[in-house]
Amino acid sequence: MSTQAKAVSLISGGLDSMLATRAIMEQGVHVEGINFFTGFCVEGHTHAIRKKDRQKPKRNNALWVAEQLGIKLHIVDVIEEYKGVLLNPRHGYGQNMNPCLDCKGFMVRKAYEWIQQHGFDFIITGEVMGQRPMSQRKDTMPVVQRESGAGDLLLRPLCAKHLPPTLPEREGWVDRDKLFDFNGRSRKPQMALAKQYGFTDYATPAGGCCFLTDKAYSEKLVDMWRHRSSRDYQLDDIMLLKVGRHLRPRPHFKMIISREEGEGKFLEGYRKQFIHLRSHSHGGPLVLIDGEVNEDDIQLAARIAARYGQGRDADQVEIEVITPDEQHQMLQVRPLAQDEISPEWHI
Amino acid sequence: MAHIDKELDTRCLLCPLPVIRAQDAIATMQAGERLRVVATDPGVKNDIPAWCRINGHKVESMDEQDDEIVITIEVEGLGTPAFTDR
Repeated sequence: MSTQAKAVSLISGGLDSMLATRAIMEQGVHVEGINFFTGFCVEGHTHAIRKKDRQKPKRNNALWVAEQLGIKLHIVDVIEEYKGVLLNPRHGYGQNMNPCLDCKGFMVRKAYEWIQQHGFDFIITGEVMGQRPMSQRKDTMPVVQRESGAGDLLLRPLCAKHLPPTLPEREGWVDRDKLFDFNGRSRKPQMALAKQYGFTDYATPAGGCCFLTDKAYSEKLVDMWRHRSSRDYQLDDIMLLKVGRHLRPRPHFKMIISREEGEGKFLEGYRKQFIHLRSHSHGGPLVLIDGEVNEDDIQLAARIAARYGQGRDADQVEIEVITPDEQHQMLQVRPLAQDEISPEWHI
Repeated sequence: MAHIDKELDTRCLLCPLPVIRAQDAIATMQAGERLRVVATDPGVKNDIPAWCRINGHKVESMDEQDDEIVITIEVEGLGTPAFTDR
């Protein structure tokens, strides 16, 4: 190749992709970063929502890594396309609703499409053999290469010496001898390499911020699908699963109850889409009702809402019920006692 | 007040969506044009300037009032926005 080779690197914001990118930059390759937003990479969202977290310094780790490396970063919205991965993963789910192997194949495929569109030569990931139970095993790494279509244009600099030489190595665009043989779950080699490169600040080792690996989040997602006619979702659905206390007192509706002011403010943004409740006589949460409800259901929801407000021990609490088309109804209700809230209602 | 060529309302969106929307808007703009982004996620105060720095654009101003953040970006350099052919 007479001109400088060009690679795109999948930047998660974690240490491994940062190291892999730097390793290839050190070899004189022009590297740009790519980061895919699935809707489940919501690390910063609860910080943005909850009032107590709003003063904490926030950063998007992928952007931060790109800036540290001095490379461009292309952030790609793949929310719609990702549904196909999550809803029908060919290789199944991990411990929770995480379709890690399909997810990796999908992202490498998107990166492969990107390099074809933009005249780049190969793809870099920060994968380390044996580090992750699904997507980073010796037997699954070739699956990602094959199913993504990237084949030997996919270079994993941190464990390349455990794998057959890729095209960039065979063509001499990168020197295989300067690549690595990291293996397993130990982070020591990465820490040592970070020190060698002078990286003193980096996101939690192993990176990633996918809520699909979270048990509580996955249970809410499964509950949502179970009570809908189809296993589908919109971005708002998956955002709301991250916010508030979720209770399902009846199969046909659930309540999303804000836990603090920041969440209440965030949920207010959805008041045109859901019936919402708020306490008038006492301080209390903002509550959204998701589902079709009748008068009895609203009475029950109001009593539950009262339970989670400052009037929980009062004889009567005044709860305002507001429909998406701005019809207001005022209810006087007795808050449910603590033992009247069935543990099974909590999602 | 500087002329604004494009307005982008990202209120109620959480990062990185405001960044992605700004990135996609800038990809359709010319060097020297100005984009004004309105957002409610305080994350944009870090993320949009960071994205601009690494992609070669200039944050001209950033104001915050009543939980809304208004950022004005001057598009700099042709070919720098994401997803344009290099």
